[in-house]
Amino acid sequence: MTTLDTPTQAATIAVTPDGLGRSARRPDGRPKVKGQFAFSSDLEAEGMLWGQLLRSPHPSATIRSIDVSGAWRVPGVLAVLTAADVPGRKTYGLDYPDQPVFASDVVRYAGEPVAAVAADHPVTARLAAEAIVVEYEVHEPLTDSVLALGAEPVHPLGNTLYRQTIRRGDPAARGAVSVEGTYETGMQDQAFMGPESGLAVPAADGGVDLYVATQWLHVDQDQIAACLDLPLDMVRVHLAGVGGAFGAREDLSMQVQLCLLALRTGRPVKIVYSREESFHGHVHRHPAHMWYRHTADADGRLVSVEARIIFDGGAYLSSSTAVTLNAACFANGPYNVQNAFVDCTAVRTNNPPCGAMRGFGAVQVCFAHEAQMDKLAVALSIDPIELRLRNAYAPGDQLIIGQVLSGTAPVAEVIRACAAAPLPPGGPDTAAELALPGGAGRTADRARVRRGVGFAVGFKNLMFSAGFDDYSTARCRLEDGRVTITTAAVEVGQGLVTVMQQIARDVLGVDDVALGEASTMGIGSAGSTSASRQSWMTGGAVDTACRAVRERLLSSVAQRFEVQRAGLELSSGRVLSVDGSLDLSLAEAAGGAVLEETAVFRHPGTVALDENGQGDAHVSFAFAAHRAVVDVDLDLGLVKVVEVATAQDVGRVLNPVQLIGQLEGGISQGVGFAVMEEIVLDDGKLRNPSFTDYIIPTALDMPPVTIQALIEQPEPGSPLGAKGAGEPPSISSTAAVVAAIRNATGLELPRAPVRPQDIALLLAEQRPAGSTDISPAPPAKEASP
Amino acid sequence: MEQLTDNEALLSYTLHVNGHDRAVNDALLSENLLYVLRERLGLRGSKNACEQGECGACSVLIDGRLECACTVLAAGAAGREIVTVEGLTPAGDELSGLQEAFLAEGAVQCGFCTPGLIVSVHDLLERTPDPTELEIREAISGNLCRCTGYGRILAAVKVAQDARHP
Repeated sequence: MTTLDTPTQAATIAVTPDGLGRSARRPDGRPKVKGQFAFSSDLEAEGMLWGQLLRSPHPSATIRSIDVSGAWRVPGVLAVLTAADVPGRKTYGLDYPDQPVFASDVVRYAGEPVAAVAADHPVTARLAAEAIVVEYEVHEPLTDSVLALGAEPVHPLGNTLYRQTIRRGDPAARGAVSVEGTYETGMQDQAFMGPESGLAVPAADGGVDLYVATQWLHVDQDQIAACLDLPLDMVRVHLAGVGGAFGAREDLSMQVQLCLLALRTGRPVKIVYSREESFHGHVHRHPAHMWYRHTADADGRLVSVEARIIFDGGAYLSSSTAVTLNAACFANGPYNVQNAFVDCTAVRTNNPPCGAMRGFGAVQVCFAHEAQMDKLAVALSIDPIELRLRNAYAPGDQLIIGQVLSGTAPVAEVIRACAAAPLPPGGPDTAAELALPGGAGRTADRARVRRGVGFAVGFKNLMFSAGFDDYSTARCRLEDGRVTITTAAVEVGQGLVTVMQQIARDVLGVDDVALGEASTMGIGSAGSTSASRQSWMTGGAVDTACRAVRERLLSSVAQRFEVQRAGLELSSGRVLSVDGSLDLSLAEAAGGAVLEETAVFRHPGTVALDENGQGDAHVSFAFAAHRAVVDVDLDLGLVKVVEVATAQDVGRVLNPVQLIGQLEGGISQGVGFAVMEEIVLDDGKLRNPSFTDYIIPTALDMPPVTIQALIEQPEPGSPLGAKGAGEPPSISSTAAVVAAIRNATGLELPRAPVRPQDIALLLAEQRPAGSTDISPAPPAKEASP
Repeated sequence: MEQLTDNEALLSYTLHVNGHDRAVNDALLSENLLYVLRERLGLRGSKNACEQGECGACSVLIDGRLECACTVLAAGAAGREIVTVEGLTPAGDELSGLQEAFLAEGAVQCGFCTPGLIVSVHDLLERTPDPTELEIREAISGNLCRCTGYGRILAAVKVAQDARHP
């Protein structure tokens, strides 16, 4: 079942092959399948050196001394840098520069850079970095986020990174039924495949050209230039091929240190992180502790929600502000409630810094609010789907921040569609060996495998919120009949490059659309490739620029050929008049002129929340529902996710194949977070910084995804009618999988990811002494149809 | 580069890659095949994502056997038949049937895992022309992909598989 409302621009879609609505192929696909696409780690330059960072092994320490002489004794070393070599601002940061380029006096997390070297071979560089002697006075690290607010400050700015409270309605209001719970989510890693890497090339003007995989070129440029003490135009940031991002490339990684090495040596320098360094070198998803109390009336309508949430932000701010804001705003999920009291704080600790990851802030709270909804359903003896439907937002409803849902909000539609998906056939008794929990040979006894079904709904904002001046810039150039689109927007794999071409094809009626280099040179910011914003924002800018070129072209033809502008059409690369008198190629129509238009697209303004956490902070919202089916080995605690079904609010489908890829990929990260993915810390130190020990889903772990419905209700205000689709698949899929495991085991499972011991040990404890029957209590109720 | 230590000699040897003899001069003994392919021979289709044989992004065929180039000493691969993704790519603008299927079915997002998957799936279809879905999943379970959730990759493999049996 696919619910299809007629998109507003349907007339222009239908006529353009590979225009919007079609599964146009990605323009970078050919080099990618041939192994010829240049990722940031594939770059090379004449005379290139290799850079290497030295990182602190301690999560908390005072640096007594740094002796770099050992590094200089390694043959082939050309530069050794420490904090003293940073000419400009010594710190950087997305929201506020609280993170040192190099630690000089204290280190605040294990993995913090202390020095950097450049050498003629990566092995030389590594040996030289290891030869630097840093004398540390090691301190007891602050690693428990719950204790952080009362602890010694980790940083001069204190241990409160950001706090967002929401106070709405009557604090004394209570419904007849109350449910309470404390929930936890772990630290997830983005685990993109292409490690952090870049190439810095010193320029004749004393500046530097940096080729790097990032998510926002201009915000990198701002931070790098401040640290290098160079004017912006001397720090030219070029996008190199990005091997996935998922939020981990929003913050700077080695950009500043790499540029410093190139400027110091006067030679191109390349840094490629190892996987271990990558785990230490980027932010992670905030772990969360969440206490919730919901009350509802006897009909199951929510009366109140209270939530206290603590996020571990690690040592530095990163994007904790936006993550905390989101968690507070979406703390109750897509459900109406008049009385809401939410207190969400991101705290500073000596753990690795946390920041953006797909669905930031919304993922954690969704795990809690959906567990609460299931508890409430049991307490009220109401079907959990029905309970969600009774409370679901609809257009015109108010969020807990008081903002009215002025756009589309097909919450009931995604719930109904997803719940209606047929359950997968068969069961653990008939599954192939390889498809049992744990894969081949693990499950000893099929009869001890139980199937469970779970359901969850989530939502979050699209684009940047809370008064941020969010915009994107795009240029359309028509020269000799050839269309070129240039933006600084970052393609991370999501397929924006395809969508930009599709837009230009529709507006200008051409098949071939070239894409200019994404860089900070000669084009304004496109904003970040995050918050599901690029199809809307850069899509809007490209659409506007192309329409301006089209208008100039047709007006000039009308003038030169003395025909009515209204009687001219652009189709299949030709300008035609409806009366048949004109049929010009684009080059002829332009009459030798180069037509170029640059457009800046802004979404409608938002405001910061007031002291009660009230205000129109967001632009638009996207909703999704997930239903998971799992098989659980009760003895070993292993889980096989059998299927995930979904329905998602997408506004309008711009490219069906790419959209499906976003849903399947996002769900795989949600499945991973539910049952296997967690950064394990021991006294602040990462214990599993490798793909051997940090497990992400393989093709055997990842279940088939059933896309039951793509709800197309074009979003008013969205330039193409579409809503960002990248994050919603990762929001409620984790909650749905864990709900399914609860359904199979009867356990409460208040923590994600669910580890084998969370199941097997608890079930073993429930056995009466001496009993050999280890079957669980039957689930209280089927979780969903 | 200069010699780093007395006990790590610089070596010169010849690798047989994609049907050609390629000279490797003055390399460290410790250099793995992935490093030599990428940095000394300029064959950057094989990708480095984990350097411990977990992710499959550097999958190559050595004497017809699927291996992770990052776990093979380059000097030890001298005299053996090495095939990389470049060796499975037709010259010019052409794509192999498998590459075409990956492109058409949306199996490529960021693309970092793609070359390794092309090599792995090529190997699978050579050994097992008609794999079941579970066999495909098992065969590519050594190739990590973070973007796609594997759905479109499985679709592409099935299309390529069908195309081989007209």
